[in-house]
Formats: sequence, structure tokens, C-alpha cells
Amino acid sequence: MKTFTKASTVMKKYTMSIALVLVFIFFSILTNGRLLYAQNVSNLLLQNAYVLVMACGMLLCILTGGNIDLSVGSTLCLVAAVAAQLMDKASMSAFVTILLAIMISAVIGVWQGFWIGYIHVPPFIATLAGMFLFRGLGRVVLASKTVNIQNNSFLNAFISYVDVPGLDSKWSHPSALIAGIAVAVLLTVLMLISRAKKVQKNYEVDSMVSTIIKIVIIDALIIAYCWKLSNYKGIPVMLLWILLVVLIFAFITMKTAFGRYFYAVGGNEKAAKLSGIDPRRVYFWAYFLMSVLAGFSGLLMAARIGAVDGNMGNAYEMDAIAACFIGGASAYGGSGTVSGIMVGAILLGVMNQGMSIYGLPDEWQYVVKGAVLLAAVIFDVVSNHKVGKQ
Amino acid sequence: MPDNILMMKNITKLYPGVKALDNVNLEVERGEIHALVGENGAGKSTLMNVLSGTIPYGEYEGDILYNGAECQFKRIHDSEKLGIVIIHQELALIPELSIGENMFLGNERQGKLGVDWNETYSQAEKHLREVGLQEKATTLIKDIGTGKQQLVEIAKALSKDVKLLILDEPTSSLNEEESKMLLDMLLQFKKQGMTSIIISHKLSEVAYVADRITILRDGSTIETIDNEDRNINEDRIIKGMVGRELTSRFPSREHHVSSDIVMEVKNWSVHHPVYTDKCVVNNVSFLVHKGEIVGFSGLQGAGRTELAMSLFGKSYGSGISGQEFLNNKEVHLKTEQEAIEHGLAYVTEDRKTNGLILIDTIAKNITMARLPKICDKKGIIDVGMENHVAEKYKEAIDIKTPTVQQNVGNLSGGNQQKVLLSKWMFADPDVLILDEPTRGIDVGAKYEIYCIMNDMVAQGKSVVMISSELPELLGMCDRIYVMNEGALVAEMDSAAATQEKIMGAILRSGKKTVQKDA
Repeated sequence: MKTFTKASTVMKKYTMSIALVLVFIFFSILTNGRLLYAQNVSNLLLQNAYVLVMACGMLLCILTGGNIDLSVGSTLCLVAAVAAQLMDKASMSAFVTILLAIMISAVIGVWQGFWIGYIHVPPFIATLAGMFLFRGLGRVVLASKTVNIQNNSFLNAFISYVDVPGLDSKWSHPSALIAGIAVAVLLTVLMLISRAKKVQKNYEVDSMVSTIIKIVIIDALIIAYCWKLSNYKGIPVMLLWILLVVLIFAFITMKTAFGRYFYAVGGNEKAAKLSGIDPRRVYFWAYFLMSVLAGFSGLLMAARIGAVDGNMGNAYEMDAIAACFIGGASAYGGSGTVSGIMVGAILLGVMNQGMSIYGLPDEWQYVVKGAVLLAAVIFDVVSNHKVGKQ
Repeated sequence: MPDNILMMKNITKLYPGVKALDNVNLEVERGEIHALVGENGAGKSTLMNVLSGTIPYGEYEGDILYNGAECQFKRIHDSEKLGIVIIHQELALIPELSIGENMFLGNERQGKLGVDWNETYSQAEKHLREVGLQEKATTLIKDIGTGKQQLVEIAKALSKDVKLLILDEPTSSLNEEESKMLLDMLLQFKKQGMTSIIISHKLSEVAYVADRITILRDGSTIETIDNEDRNINEDRIIKGMVGRELTSRFPSREHHVSSDIVMEVKNWSVHHPVYTDKCVVNNVSFLVHKGEIVGFSGLQGAGRTELAMSLFGKSYGSGISGQEFLNNKEVHLKTEQEAIEHGLAYVTEDRKTNGLILIDTIAKNITMARLPKICDKKGIIDVGMENHVAEKYKEAIDIKTPTVQQNVGNLSGGNQQKVLLSKWMFADPDVLILDEPTRGIDVGAKYEIYCIMNDMVAQGKSVVMISSELPELLGMCDRIYVMNEGALVAEMDSAAATQEKIMGAILRSGKKTVQKDA
């Protein structure tokens, strides 16, 4: 009986990870293994860079009480447009451009966060307004044209590949595999140390067997992924940017008091307020950080596409929102993890890429995505309901 | 044999762990005004919820006979069809809709195509005149005062062709003049043959309108008193209301009161946050010594919670004035965070809505009010320390849970209350304000909470306890303040206090209301 409940809680905890694996296998078979080509594996995360990055910010918004930010697609477009014009018309250097672009995102973030946090404009409406505003401004900046990006140092900052002289050549990139192995070893050591520390302090820990299984699976995935990368062009710089953002936000939400406040306000705003937490500040920061990440995604996508037009980022907010909910963030706020939404984002990415490679028509891709999102949220609502009843 | 419009026989209602009603009997004669009195939690509202079908047939035991026929109400609609209408203390009107729309909500006047608004408004105005209200039926509810809203509720009841009108604390939010008007209207309706049941804490009003008075205490009927000649002695009612025996439901305690004053409040006044001209706390001054348990007694709505929350970093109210001293220094606390930093804690009366994050773990809840205590300088949480702290409280005050990683929502009421107390003990305050700390928890858990309070004052902290349960105040406090209608009306040493004295102080202060012009 006990092992049964244990198995079911493990299943519950890793439902989405298991779903991800199944979906991946499904599409690998469906595409006759084409999904597993080194190029496709490498592109999987890069194509979805904006989802991975923006989902981190969206998670904070959703944590505050199921609130979403509808304006991020437009913010992304506006910031990308400004960056493109700064380089094209004003011939600014890549460094200054990136700096100014991030500053503009921050200004947008202050604008959104102020109205939502301090003036209590409902987030849905404030960000809907932002969606129109920034889309329009973006097109104004672009003068309704498509602007190409020719600044090589800007492009290199985001879309080049790590190239270690003397080690990597045009045909093979062992640096990726070496890095992967190094990360795997480091992770193994860290996880074992953290477990040992917990044991020493008499905290509850998973059994040694399950810890080892976990480590082996994670290490295997990392090494397999890096092996694929090494067979293509090596480690993409954009992957490093994504990892940086994800790690920072995972750290904030898990380890800091600042991050804890998002969960507190979303879990029970009144209780949080009476505990000395200022909900206005929390709302402000959620939308501020969201806008900054949207702006940053703008730079990533501008570099990847190599051009910016007025329709860039259309409906991107929906991908970020979907990733969060598929990844187990509660639609009522107060719960959700960065690791969870990463699984959600990658699941979405695998589906997108799998369906594209398979050649499923666009219209059906939408149908599938909608069904998956609904199923994930139904699962969340139903399983939470059961817990509440116990 | 009297002509009874209503007989409720042996009504018993169980909530998990609590017997809210225990074999209650109520007989109401046709054409009388019947008063139902009792302390908070005596079961008055529960009984009326059974009668109206809010608590559906099957969830209680016992029989309801209405006009001699047995009734099984499954929802409010069933009882309303028979002319039984209940008006709750919390008015159920929608502010943004008009009087007429509210009056026929769920009972719309149908025309050939959709709602017949002409019929609606003309009917509404007719009923408005019956209750003596000179408002247009198209006026929005939010544009009229509480007193008039109460009258609209009555007019709404009339529109449903009411035979038995139940009013739950109808005058609690009315001023003297409005109360008097409402009571006189009930007498007027009585002449026209309507039967009413009125629930009230204001005994002067009860004595003024009621033909008979039924007293409930701890979920049982105590007695029904005749008041045909309107001259009942209020002490007689009070005795029935509070006359229970005190057994040792409280831990014995030593007194640790020192002469040092840790908290003092002078001339504190607070206004309602929305209706800013309504004074909720009126010129209250009090003080708390080190190591003292100070009680605040009063009826619901006396302004005790509002007083406490406004003192706790202005978390309630508008137009707050007065002086607040902590450790002999005047403080101006603008936010909850400042209040916590100055050594004040407010433990809410509503742990589920205002106190705890039910979807978070015990450990995360306990540390929430003072997270920096378990963080390093950069604001990074030491999760190990957090769990350690939580384990410590779990052991110390015996929170019954397998692990502190359990979600608070899965705990029983008593254990949730312990988590809430742990949270505020962790915040390490000098003065802990407990608002109804034992509401809705069983007797055993109550005892444990009392023990925690004793431990805290033994450590030199001070406790302010707001409670509606008189025995609890008498059993635990060193000193008791009594509040009524926003003002302090009495202060007594608990050694000298009795339940009768406290109720007496409340009722005498409220008595001015009616007797002046009655």
C-alpha cells in the first residue's frame, strides 16, 4: 500500500516529464528518427528561445494570482525594432545597442508594473493596452518596414557557436561533449553533497537508489544532448544565454526571500499583506522582470531571424503562457516552478518541431496545441481538487 | 392549544467536531413577534439556516412543522415559496443594481418578451411605500444608506408575499432613529397579521418588540420567556444567556504582570475604509503591561478587530487618529512590516482567509512573517534552517503532522491555528494581538492554545486577546476591556469580573439606543 502511494506521488510529481519523454518518443517514431538529427536537436531549444526565456517572467506574473502578461509579444517587437534601428540608422555598436535595448525594456517594465502594482489597474487590461501600444510603437519605429540586421558583432553575441581554438574544427566539436561531461560530473557531485548534508542534519531525503536513478537519468540526458550538439556546430551561444536566464530565475524563485514573496502573494494576498509583505511591490517586480525578459527575447529573436518587422512576436505571449500552464503553474496563482515550466516549454517545442518535421498542416498544429493545453490544465485542476478534498 | 405557525422539533445539527444544535425546540405562534437570543455561537443563525433551507433537509436531524404540515426544504427557494423569508445580517443586495432590480432578483416579473420593467418598478415602489421608504425604485443600492438598504430588504421580503419574516440582527448597522423606525414597522406588520422572528443582541430592543423570547445557549434551547406585557427584566435574559457552569477548561496560571507598560494607545479613532464618515472605533485609550494578558470583550461588530488591525500598521480603516506607544516610544506605523519590526503581531480571527497560505507547507507559513531571520545578507533563504525552525515549533506546541513539508490546507482547524500562532511567535513580537484565537476549534485544542498563551507571558511577552467567548476571557485574562459600538464602555479586573457584569456593561451602553425615545 505504501509503495503504491509512493509510486503514485512520484508519478504525479513527474507527470509532465514523463509526458515529455513519451511525446518525444512518439514524434521520433512518427518522423522516422528525423527529430533526432543533430541539427534538429540543436535547433529545438534555439527555435524556442523566446518561450524558455519569457516563460520565466510569465511564471512570476502567474504566481501572483494567475495573472498573465499579454503585452510581451509586442514588447519583444518594440525592443527588437529599436535595436535594429539603432544599428541600422544610428550605426551604434552592438554593446551600446544591447544596453539601450535592455534599458528600454526596463522602462516598459516600470510603466506596466506601476499601473498594475500601485494604481491597481487589472493586469489583464493593463497588459492588453500594452499589447496594442507597444505593437503600434514598434511599427512606428520600423516605419512599417522590415529592417535587416547587418551588425556582425551583434549577431555573433547571440547566434554564433562556441569555438575553442585547437580543439574544435569545422567538422567536429568535441568541446560540446567535454562541457557536457563536465556539467554532468559537477551536477552529480553537487547532488550527492546536498543529499549528504541533508542526511547529516536529519532532514528527510529520497532513498539512495532513487537519488542515483535521478542522477543517472539527468546525466545521461545532458551528455546525450551535448553529444548531439558536438555532431552539429557545437554549443550555441544562445543556449548559454537561455541557461543563464533560467538558472537566475530558478535561483530567485527557489532560494531567495524575494522569490518567496511571489508565492506568498499568490497563495493568499491578504495573509501575505498581514505578514508584512507589500503586494504592490510584488506585482511591480513581476511585471517589471517580465518586460525586461521580453525585451531580451526581442534581441535573441532579432539576431536569430536577422531582421525585424512589425509582426515579429505576434502571439508569442500565448506560447509563454501555455508553457507555464502546461508546466504545472497553477491558474489560481501561488504554485509553479521554473523547472516545471521549462518542461512545459520544451514539451511545447518538441510538439511544434515534431509536427513541422512530420509536415502536419499549420491549422492542425493549432488544434493539437490547444488540446494539449486544455488537457494539462484539466489535469492540474482535477488533481488539486482531489488533494483539497482529502 | 395555541395556534402555532411554526414548530421546530428536536433539531440537531452536527458539524465535524462540533454540535452546533442539540435537540433544539422552537414554537412560534401565528401573529407574534418571537425573539431569539443567545451569545455568539449559541446556534441562533444555524437554527434559522435550517429553517430557511440554507442548510438543506438531510443535513440535520429533527422535524419542521409549518402550518401543521411537515416541511423538507432543500433550498431557500422551497421555504420562500411557503412565505418564509430570512433577512441576513449581511445584506444580500447588489450595490450596482437598482432597488427594483434587487427586489425582484431571482423572482423577475416576466413580460411577454423578457423582463417587464414597468411592472417591476411599479411593484417595487408599492412595496417601498409599505415600508415607508420614499425612494425611487430606479435608484441604485449603493446610493442609499445602510438603514434604507435594510428597509429595501424588508420590502423585498414583502414582494415575496411573506408570512413568516426572519430578521437576523436587523439593527446591528442602524443608528437609533433607524432602529426605532424598523422596530415600529415590525409592530405595525404584526397588527396586519404577520409573524416575525427576530434575532438580536440588543436586549432593550427585544424587550420592546417581542411577545415571547427563546433563549439558546451552546446549541440548546434553555427556555422561552413570556413578554406579553413588555416589562421583562434584562438581567433575567442575561442570566439565561450566560448561565453556564465553569469547569476547569483553562490551565491554571501564575500572574506575571509587571508594572512596565509595553503598549499604550491614546484617543484612537478609526473610520470605515469605504464609508469614510462612519466611525468604527471611537476615541479608544488603553494600555498593556509587560507579561499581561489583556482581554477585549464585546459583540461582533463592536470594533475590536478594527481597532487591532488599525493599530497593526494601519491594515484597516481610514482617517485614523490617535497616538500609539510601544515600549514608551510613540510610533507611527504605516505598514504591516513596520508594525512587525516594532514588535507587534496581529493574529487574525480568520486563519483561512487572512492568516495562512493553505497551498504552502507548514515550514513556509511559519517563516513568512519574518523571512529575513532565516536569510543571509543577500536575501538567500537557508532552507535547512527554515525546516529546523518549523520542526522546533512542531515539537514545542505539538502540531500534529507527519512532516513540516505538509501543506497547511490538509491540517485540522486546531493544528492550523497552531501553525498560525507559530508563525507569529517566530516573528518574535513584544505584544501579540490574538483575534478570536480559539474560534472553530475543539475543546482540547483550545486548552493547548491557552497553554501557549501562558508560556508566552511567562517569557515576558504580552498578549491582547480579542474574544467573544466570555468564559474564555474570564478564565485567561488579567484585565478585560469591554467595547461596544466602537467605544470602550468598561474596564475591569478579571478577578472582579463576571459574565453578567460584562454583558451588563455592553447592554447598558446599547440600551440608550431605544429607551431614550421609546
